Formats: sequence, C-alpha cells, structure tokens
Amino acid sequence: MSAAYHSHTAVQLAATSSTTEHRPLIITLFAVFVAATLGITVWAGRQTRSASDFYAGGRQFTAFQNGLAVSGDYMSAASFLGIAGAIALFGYDGFLYSIGFLVAWLVALLLVAEPLRNSGRYTMGDVLAYRMRQRPVRTASGVSTIIVSIFYLLAQMAGAGVLVSLLLGITSDAGKILIVALVGVLMIVYVTIGGMKGTTWVQMVKAVLLIAGALLMTFLVLLKFDFNISDLLGTAAEKSGHGAAFLEPGLKYGATGTSKLDFLSLGIALVLGTAGLPHILIRFYTVPTAKAARKSVNWAIGIIGAFYLMTIALGFGAAALIGPDEIKAKNPAGNAAAPQLAEYLGGVGTTGGAVLLAVISAVAFATILAVVAGLTLASSSSFAHDIYANVIRKGKATEKEEMRAARWATVLIGAVAIVLGAFARDMNVAGLVALAFAVAASANLPTILYSLFWKRFTTQGALWSIYGGLASSVILVLFSPVVSGNPKTSMFKGVDFAWFPLENPGLISIPLGFLLGWVGSLLSKEEPDKGKYAELEVKSLTGVGAH
Amino acid sequence: MATDAPPPEASTDAPPAQPDTEAFVAMQESGEFGELRRAYRSFAFPLTIAFVLWYLLYVLLSNYAGGFMGTKVYSNINVAFVFGLAQFVTTFLIAWFYSRHAAAELDPKAEAIKSRMEADA
Repeated sequence: MSAAYHSHTAVQLAATSSTTEHRPLIITLFAVFVAATLGITVWAGRQTRSASDFYAGGRQFTAFQNGLAVSGDYMSAASFLGIAGAIALFGYDGFLYSIGFLVAWLVALLLVAEPLRNSGRYTMGDVLAYRMRQRPVRTASGVSTIIVSIFYLLAQMAGAGVLVSLLLGITSDAGKILIVALVGVLMIVYVTIGGMKGTTWVQMVKAVLLIAGALLMTFLVLLKFDFNISDLLGTAAEKSGHGAAFLEPGLKYGATGTSKLDFLSLGIALVLGTAGLPHILIRFYTVPTAKAARKSVNWAIGIIGAFYLMTIALGFGAAALIGPDEIKAKNPAGNAAAPQLAEYLGGVGTTGGAVLLAVISAVAFATILAVVAGLTLASSSSFAHDIYANVIRKGKATEKEEMRAARWATVLIGAVAIVLGAFARDMNVAGLVALAFAVAASANLPTILYSLFWKRFTTQGALWSIYGGLASSVILVLFSPVVSGNPKTSMFKGVDFAWFPLENPGLISIPLGFLLGWVGSLLSKEEPDKGKYAELEVKSLTGVGAH
Repeated sequence: MATDAPPPEASTDAPPAQPDTEAFVAMQESGEFGELRRAYRSFAFPLTIAFVLWYLLYVLLSNYAGGFMGTKVYSNINVAFVFGLAQFVTTFLIAWFYSRHAAAELDPKAEAIKSRMEADA
C-alpha cells in the first residue's frame, strides 16, 4: 500500500514538473487553435448577411461537410474526456455511454432529420409550432431549447476546468474561473461574428482534429499490446483491482436494485435524447435538401461510430496503463484519464510525453470550444427567432432586428454559462451530458414525434408535454444525488436535500412527457387544425415549399 | 445544388411558391400521398421499434443477467463485449438499410409530388 502510494506520488511529481516545463508549448498549441478558428470566424462573418446565413449557414453545406460538423457538435467533452474516464474507472459500465450515444442516431435518422429539414426553417420551434397556436408553443420550445443547452454547457465547462488545471497547473479557484471566462468570451465571439457558417467550419476542423487525435492514441495503445485486444482487456481488468468483473456489466450500476434502475434510466435517456437536442437539430437546416440531411446523418453515424469504438482502446488503455489510483488522483470523476494516457504514451517526463499531452489537450480544448459555440448558437437562435421575433414582436421584427436580438442573447447565455461553469468542476462530464439527454428526451422528443405523426395532437398536448417533461426532469435532477447528498460527487457537497434516488431522471420523466402529450391532446377543448396538419404532413414527407 | 464554396453574395432564403392549404389537404387525402406515407411508415416505424427493443434487451441483460453477460467467449472477450459490438454493427446496418429503402422507394414518390405541387402553385 505504501509502496503504491510512493510510486504514485513520484509519477505525479514528474507529471507536474513536465507540465510546468512544457507550459509554453501547451499554451502555444491552444493559441494556434484559437487564432485559426478566429480567422475562420471572421472570414465566415464577412459572408453572413441574411438571417438564413446566420441561422442556417445559408443552407449551402454539403452532406459530408455537415456530417463532419454534426459529429463535431456531438462528440463533446463528454465523449472524449467523460467516456474515457468512465471506462477507465468503471470498465464495462462506462461503455454503455458509447453504445447509447451511437444507437440514438437511428431515431434521428429514421424519424426526425428529414421531416424537420423539410418543414422547418431555423429552429426546432418552427416545426413544433407549425400546427399549433404560435405564441405559447414557440415560447415553450424556446424555454426548453435554452434549458437543455444550459445543462449541456455545464458539462463542457466542467471539462474545460479539468483540462486547464491539469495542463497549466492552475489549481487556484480564481485561475480556473478565469479560464472558464475565457472559454465563455471566445464562444460569444465565434457565434456573434461567425453565426452558423463560422460555427459549422469550427465544428469541421474540430471533428478532424478529434478523430486524428483519437486514432493516434488508439494506435499507440494497441501497439503496446501488440494489437491484441484481449490482452489489453486482461491487463486493464488486472490493473483495475476488480479482476474479471471490470469487463462485465455492474461495476458502477450493479450494486443495488436502485443503481440498476439508474442504469436503465440512463440507457433510455441516451437513446432517446439525441433526436431532441436543439443544437443537433438545427444542423439539419444547413444543407439544401432532406436527402442531404439524411446523408449527413449517415456520415455522422460512420464518424461517430468509429470514434466510440476507439473509446474502448482509450478507456481500457487508461485503466491498463495508468491505473485507477492515478486517474482518480488527478480528477475524482476520471475526466483527466485521456490526457493522462496521452502523456504516458508519449513517455512521462520526456519531451514526447509533453508534446502528446499538449496535442491531445489542445484537441480536447478545441472540442469544448466548438461544442460550446454550437450550444450557444442553438439557444440564441431559438431566443431570437422563436421568442423575440414571433412572441414578443409577433412576427413584425425585421431580419436585422432579429439578428441583433440573437447576438445579444449570445452574450447573455455566454455570461450564464461562465457563472454556472464554476459549480460543476468535480462531476463526470459524461454524467452531466446524460442529464441534458434526459431533459431533451422528456421535453422535446415527444412533441416532435406527436407533431409530425399524430393528427389529433393539439396545442394543449404540446404545452403539457414540453413543460411537463421539462419540469419533471429538472425537478428530479435537483432533488437527486447529482445535486446534493453525495459527499464526493454532488454539485453541492455537505448538504443533503435529495429525495429522488436515481441520478438520471429519464425513467420517470420520459414516459411522463409522452403521456402528458397524449392526455393533454385528448382532454383539449380545441380541435386540431386539420389544414395545418395536412400542410405539415405533406411538407415533411415531400419537401414541398421547403426553404 | 450544394456547392463547396459559398457564393460571395448573401444567400436569399426565399422558398419556392407555396401551394394553398386546400391543395395540401387534397394531396394528403390522395392515394398517391397515402402510398408514400405507407411506404415510409411501414418501414421506419417497425424498424424503430425493433432497434429500440434490441437496445433495451442489451441494457436489461447487462442489468439482470450479469452471469450470462460475463461468460467468456474467447480469452478475455465476454458475451457483454460481443453484445456491445453487435449494437455498433446493427446501427451501421440499419442506417444503410433505411437509406437504401429511402432512395429506392421514398425519394422518387416524394420528388414527383413536390415538383407537381410547386409547379401548380
């Protein structure tokens, strides 16, 4: 025990000294990425004139470009840092994230992407409000978009905090907050200047960097094990201290009946959440046709699938080569496992190790910045187009005024993200993102599906479903162990006001969202608008009159 | 058409001519549209139910059949691992299968309706 402790301290010291020594290199790489993306943003900003440019990138991206950008938007810090960490600490149970995050794309492909592209213009609210009374449904859709995006932002900010403290050796709270603020300011700049065009290009650059970084690390991990995956798994199991159980389900979620329900709840939220994420949905507007939207989802499934397969090597590789003690020492939730693995693969204490650590960290930083920009764009678009233009100004705002509102909303949401980012440092970022998925699956997915496919759906059904799904999922999270009651992982340590036992609310809130949409429609006094449904259904399947 | 390089001018977002509501209602009730709806729904809906059930089977087995999932298949590779990889494979296959169906059965019908309705509007 004491020998293990000493070796672990020694490694930590070596890591810290190499980090300090090579800090200029790391900062240079960060600066290069930031400068390059700012260049793209300014270039894109010059071509952003109309609202269609700002919201939908002029609808001129190809299916492959958008497929890359969708992958970039989707593979967040949760995928890279969070899943690698979750697998490294909990073995097979961490792998559930990879599977759920991928399978979820089939819901988007089969049911949502094409109808949405055919019948909407800029936001999720365009489709949800199509058949309904505009003002209440647009308001609900805007509120839901902003809340889902803020949950997701929280996870990205937590990831940023981890990276920075790991890389730059900044441990003081003031330093971390400064970095979170820097991320916030950058994302405001990307979105206000570059709009959807700039953001899409940033996503593409980031997706290429992330895939390249993951490929390199996967290759190096497999090289260590002579490309014998069984060997890699065996070593990981042995090093984890859990033996064969590390490779079986149940290490994190198998302990009690409650934790098993948590696993089920998480699984459902993952698979149903994707098709309700506003920042993913608005990506389908950046291509010219529904057919191109379908093709871009296919590209995304290929790219994302390949990436999640690599998380096996990254996560089990970190377990096998670094070991759980050192991973937990850096970050209790495992968020630092991927960068730690990069340093190990390059050689701890050597220039190679420092370079690889710097490169992988710059990739992770790029990942966070890009996703944060995508989320901010989705929220500010929805605020400007749904709430400001259609509710507050009742459709009378000019395009210029609408875009000005979007830019101001961006600044406001950026500020909110910076403040919240300070609270979420020690939580596993994959777990936080899973919450955003649960809220999206509860509040957005039922309304999207009912709107497109059920002719008796009414305004009341839509409102019950959105607000009911939203309120139930958010309230259950607030009173869950995620927020209080767990001295190690809760957002607020040392207090306990939790009464809901599960960390993920999906098991309750998703069926509730569907149920409320159905009951709300059946009980509604108002008849569904048959003409509007004819328009929506014919448009959604054929693209008649599509923008 | 999609182009790689965006044109220098700001793009206009004017949609094509919009048919009126009566035209949409007539189309929705037509046999031609019913055929398209059937070709889409009878494919996408059962397939969605199938992959969701297949995924839930995997989640439930992971939860409540730990012994079975832990069975070694080859060296350190167990049933759970094979099941996980199978989810990847089926996802790729279903995406391919749907896209093939859409290109062959849905796109021609949808395009015929779209071009005619926009021309008549």
